[in-house]
Amino acid sequence: MIEENIMIEMTYRDALRQALVDQMSQDSNVIILGEEVGRYGGAYGVTKNLIKEFGEERVIDTPISEAGIVGAAVGAAMSGLRPVVELMYVDFIGMTMDQLANQAAKIRYMFGGQIGVPMVVRTQGGTGRSAGAQHSQSLEAFIMHTPGLRLAMPATVNDAYHLLRQAMAQPDPVIFIEHKGLYTLKGEVDLNATPLPWGKAAVLRQGDDLVIVTYSRQVHYALEAAKKLAENGIEATIIDLRTLNPIDFETIRPHVERSGRAMVVTESVLTCGVAAELAARISEECFDFLHEPIVRVAGEDIPISVSPILEKGSVPNPQMIEETALKMFS
Amino acid sequence: MNSTAFDASISSGSNSRHVELYKIMRRIRTFEERVGELFARAQSAGSMLHLSIGEESAAAGFCAAMEPMDKFTTHHRGHGIFLARGADPKKMMAEIGGKEAGYCRGKGGSMHIADMGLGHLGANAIVGGGIPAIVGAGLAARHKQDGSIAVAFFGDGATGQGVLYEAMNMAALWKLPVVFCCINNQYGMGTRIDQATANPALHERAAAFGLKAETVDGLDVEVVAQAAQEFCDAARAGNPGFLAIDCYRFYGHARKDKSPYRDPVEEAEGRKKDPVLFSRNQIIKLGLFDETELDALDDEIAEEMDATIDFTIAQAEPPLMSLFRDVYAPSEPEPEAVRTRINRILAND
Repeated sequence: MIEENIMIEMTYRDALRQALVDQMSQDSNVIILGEEVGRYGGAYGVTKNLIKEFGEERVIDTPISEAGIVGAAVGAAMSGLRPVVELMYVDFIGMTMDQLANQAAKIRYMFGGQIGVPMVVRTQGGTGRSAGAQHSQSLEAFIMHTPGLRLAMPATVNDAYHLLRQAMAQPDPVIFIEHKGLYTLKGEVDLNATPLPWGKAAVLRQGDDLVIVTYSRQVHYALEAAKKLAENGIEATIIDLRTLNPIDFETIRPHVERSGRAMVVTESVLTCGVAAELAARISEECFDFLHEPIVRVAGEDIPISVSPILEKGSVPNPQMIEETALKMFS
Repeated sequence: MNSTAFDASISSGSNSRHVELYKIMRRIRTFEERVGELFARAQSAGSMLHLSIGEESAAAGFCAAMEPMDKFTTHHRGHGIFLARGADPKKMMAEIGGKEAGYCRGKGGSMHIADMGLGHLGANAIVGGGIPAIVGAGLAARHKQDGSIAVAFFGDGATGQGVLYEAMNMAALWKLPVVFCCINNQYGMGTRIDQATANPALHERAAAFGLKAETVDGLDVEVVAQAAQEFCDAARAGNPGFLAIDCYRFYGHARKDKSPYRDPVEEAEGRKKDPVLFSRNQIIKLGLFDETELDALDDEIAEEMDATIDFTIAQAEPPLMSLFRDVYAPSEPEPEAVRTRINRILAND
């Protein structure tokens, strides 16, 4: 039977919610655990009404105990469930780091492959709401630095749906970081389409002059910058990584080799960050093709301020991406 | 029945049960002594070996109350618990020796030993790290309604970790089939419990969360077993609990530690609280076995445990190619070796 494609316009938030609903309907072993996920409906509304649909046994409001919640998810995953934890802010990941980095990430390996830990930690990060230094960070490098943890960061509404469903079917623990600035983003989701495979980067724009590698909200900023650059005769390729573990380098390679210019854009801070890793890989793998140094357009090495003007100044924006690209040609 | 597992069908307080529990404790003690020997013969993988000598009654007594499908996590000092749950001492010793034939193919060792088949969700080298997993195992047991319980075994040292209190609170709040079993050997590494807390009555903390809570003396394994039965029965009925078992760590924190921080008088006094010797004397007193018969039993156990060393030494190291295996699921590509990567990059020139 050929299923018809159904394109539905929805928000990033609703797409996430729909992914949870569809996966929970399909697999009775999926449970949701987290602070305010039930009666409150999630701090950002992603789990709204799920408790009515699936009951208190599957949508579990927890005390404010991040380490305990993630630890409980580890034990539940080892006992046959597929827990999805909502960690209200990625900034709280420090509280959970033992359970993520020492337990979830290493159990399969330490125990000689006896068992995996198929759990998802949904969380959100990034700037844009004047939420201050402890509610606005981009901490994906913490996760990338730990072998055993998968990491997905959706930029588009379609990925909010499909990537989350894929994450919930992974055999290994996945950290799934949403961007707080994207929840109201509208876009089309094709619920029946076969999505890009897990771990595959998306080429959202093709251009021969420059490749910009990025993910999460900066994808939109890069696309905006690319439009302006096109007006100046510079055509950029935009690559949305979608997952940061695994990294799909094979999608990046031909674009760097063709254009000889690569920029990496991240909201996370510069030093020892995601951009550092990507730049190192591009440099190693595509050294002979590069015309210019690989440029990292990253978050400043500073905490995030509450003041909107200071907050904005802490992370890349479309103008900064555009100006940087122009300099690469001057 | 696996010859090593406790037969729960033996009725509480019965004569055969006394002997069964003694055997398990003797096996634990002898195994631990052989672990020490493996280390002395430089055949253990590393020196991170924490022996549970002096704590045998906690392992044997508590596990006597558990059912085959029950799940559990352990801590640094968990060899005895795993043995009491039916572990194969050869596979355990091979794991401690870092050999392919071990429970975790040599990747886990003493502190990360696990066996899903026996419900062992893992020993843990992070103090308190394995405790919250039991909350999840309890949630899963309830979700599946399979009648199992989950037990977190940990030492008094873990009562300083916040995650224990998060876990106890959730277990009590959700009425999970869970027991927190604190084996209080009086020391977290070199720090005695009264140097780590102003109130060493640890069960009082658990009671504050609404858990059924008690401390029992670990000298008499039968006392431990009876208390454990009450706690496991209650947990199975949806009343989670916390049972502290008081005992004394006979030796240092790890193999190389001669515990110079302990007063020799205290140490001598503490070692008088020997659950294996106590049980042995009880058996003689009850006329179940005489000295000669018990010696014969001990010899049989010594032989079994001696064989674990020979077995371990004879086993192969894990193949180097297993280095990249099991970081992720078998369906996923293995990480690229740094050397392979370097060769590939430089070959492109």
